[in-house]
Amino acid sequence: MNLEKVFFAFFIVLSLTLNFGFFIGELDDPNHHNIYELFAALVVSLIATIMKFGDRAHIGAVLLATSLVADLQLIAAAVIWTITVHATDVGMTPMIMASIVSLSGGALLANITSVIILVTETVMFRR
Amino acid sequence: MHNIIYLLLRRMRVPLIAIILAYAISILGLVLIPGMDDQGNPWQMSFFHAFYFVSFMGSTIGFGEIPYPFTDPQRIWTTVAMYLTVISWLYAIGSLLSLIQDQAFRRVVAYTSFAHAVRQIREPFYLVCGLGGAGQLVIRELAEHGIRSVIIDKDENKIHALQLEELPMHVPGLTADVTDSNTLMTAGLNKQRCAGVIALTGDDQVNLTVAITSKLLAPNLPVICRAQSHDAQANIASFGTETIINPFDTFAERLAMMFRSPSMYLVYEWMTSLHETPLTEFAAPPRGTWILCGYGRFGKALQKSLSYKGIQTTIVEADAAGTNAPEGTIEGRGTEAITLHEAGIEQAAGLIAGTDDDANNLSIIMTGLHLNKNLFTVSRQNRSSNDAIFAAAGTNITMHPGRLIGKQVIDIVTMPLLKDFLHMATLQNDVWANILVSRIVGVLADKPPESWELTISTIQSPAVTQLLHRGFTVTVKHLLTDPRDTATPLPCVLLYMKHGNYQERLLPADETPLQVGDQLLICGHPSAETHMRWTARNSHALNYICTGCDRPSGNLWRWLSARRSDSHTA
Repeated sequence: MNLEKVFFAFFIVLSLTLNFGFFIGELDDPNHHNIYELFAALVVSLIATIMKFGDRAHIGAVLLATSLVADLQLIAAAVIWTITVHATDVGMTPMIMASIVSLSGGALLANITSVIILVTETVMFRR
Repeated sequence: MHNIIYLLLRRMRVPLIAIILAYAISILGLVLIPGMDDQGNPWQMSFFHAFYFVSFMGSTIGFGEIPYPFTDPQRIWTTVAMYLTVISWLYAIGSLLSLIQDQAFRRVVAYTSFAHAVRQIREPFYLVCGLGGAGQLVIRELAEHGIRSVIIDKDENKIHALQLEELPMHVPGLTADVTDSNTLMTAGLNKQRCAGVIALTGDDQVNLTVAITSKLLAPNLPVICRAQSHDAQANIASFGTETIINPFDTFAERLAMMFRSPSMYLVYEWMTSLHETPLTEFAAPPRGTWILCGYGRFGKALQKSLSYKGIQTTIVEADAAGTNAPEGTIEGRGTEAITLHEAGIEQAAGLIAGTDDDANNLSIIMTGLHLNKNLFTVSRQNRSSNDAIFAAAGTNITMHPGRLIGKQVIDIVTMPLLKDFLHMATLQNDVWANILVSRIVGVLADKPPESWELTISTIQSPAVTQLLHRGFTVTVKHLLTDPRDTATPLPCVLLYMKHGNYQERLLPADETPLQVGDQLLICGHPSAETHMRWTARNSHALNYICTGCDRPSGNLWRWLSARRSDSHTA
């Protein structure tokens, strides 16, 4: 058993599960989407990205790309949330909540791709 | 470039994760710990405020406690967070700095920039291996001739020294092991623009490896290789290496030539000397018994060629058994008077100091001259930095292996005809050589001789080919005429002419007609080259020389003169 592989898979799967946890629920209902979960998803996603740094294999490059997509989507969601709450007088409306959650939905797709690649690689790795 | 980024990212993985974790923990703590606003109401920090606060705290900018003064629990947590973030930053920056100073990383950076520089070369270039005395000379002379080159040496200091040298063009250098075929590939072995491989390291085995690698990976590339032992020479020759240079054999042949025909030796010296080397005073070596100190590779080669010329040698060698010295060898280094006495220095005609130690060689020469000041002295010089002391010692001939090899390589690269010329010249007798020397001396007027090549082709001499295509006859004499004054010839001598692979002529007569594809080798006054190249390029100049009249160059005048000649004939 390779400890590095354990950490690697752990962070990739964890970023998917956290992302899913934030995403699930009524799309425009702020009560269904916890900000702590978004924070955790973003932090874990960033760590997962860095863990993929410096892998020269083709599959490593694809994993890095999907991870960067997830980061970008989650950061966009966090920025929208911040601007809505702190920089405008509107406050959190269902419409804005919906766009934040749909952004995280995009990140979810990217994370699912990551996990699929990870599983494929593991299955092909006959040892 | 990709290598550098990958290496950076890979090494920075742990520090970056540490920073993200430190930030995440600090931010989360600040969001969870209850605070108080300016009215004393309970207030909780949002993620945005927490991120803002941690960002300026972690980078030690410190704007203070915003938006409201902190409560004690918040301050306790901030204390922890401060150390956490600052330490993680220090760790990350420290890793980055140590990575940049890392030897392996620097090697990757040097390798990458070298590979990039090689890819950028747009002209034909030579791949030189080994930056010793010969390598340095070759690199400098190639640059002077406007020929690009790249250099590989295993000694980093030599490559650094190369970058400090002021060469007329950039010569990319790499510190690497040339016996690794990947290194040679990076240096452009398989590139179309690579014009040849020159292996000049001091180690025969390394040169052999370079030559065989080049022959296998790029069979059509010419390879010039240095070899110091006959063993290695035969080995390198066995797989078709074009040129093998053995400095000791070359020098021994030259010395033998001095005995046979001093004039021929002079021709050799002039033709193979470096750019702008003044003519040297030359004294023919005396016949008689010679004392040869040092019976290594150099001594063996000299002894062989001297005995071939019927000259007796007395050998002085410290390790007579180890070097298989012949009988009658005197044991000793030759640096002390007793050994030289024993070898019969008083009656000797010449003294050769051929050990591999410069101080010993100088000592042998000084001691010898002290005992017999009429000696003809020949010394081997091993290090280029000793030029001044060898000049001061006043030896008749100083042989520097590196310089000898360097010169030969330059001649092969810049004047491929020279080898054929010298080969043919060696077959001539002493009288022929005497006449040639006096002819060259006649045109030089105390200037150092310069040699150059000219090919009759549309690129090098468009004027000549144009006239030839129009059916005119252009002879050697036309080319050797001063374009400013048709009555005087240019101060130069046409040494050799070659057409195709077999048709060659030594010192062709003035009336010899030129053909497209002829290759000429000329030696003479430096100014003659400029004028000759001008004649070869400028059709008006050549026309004037051939016909003696100035042809009109503009269309109108050409039409007018055509009409005039028509009316004359009518």
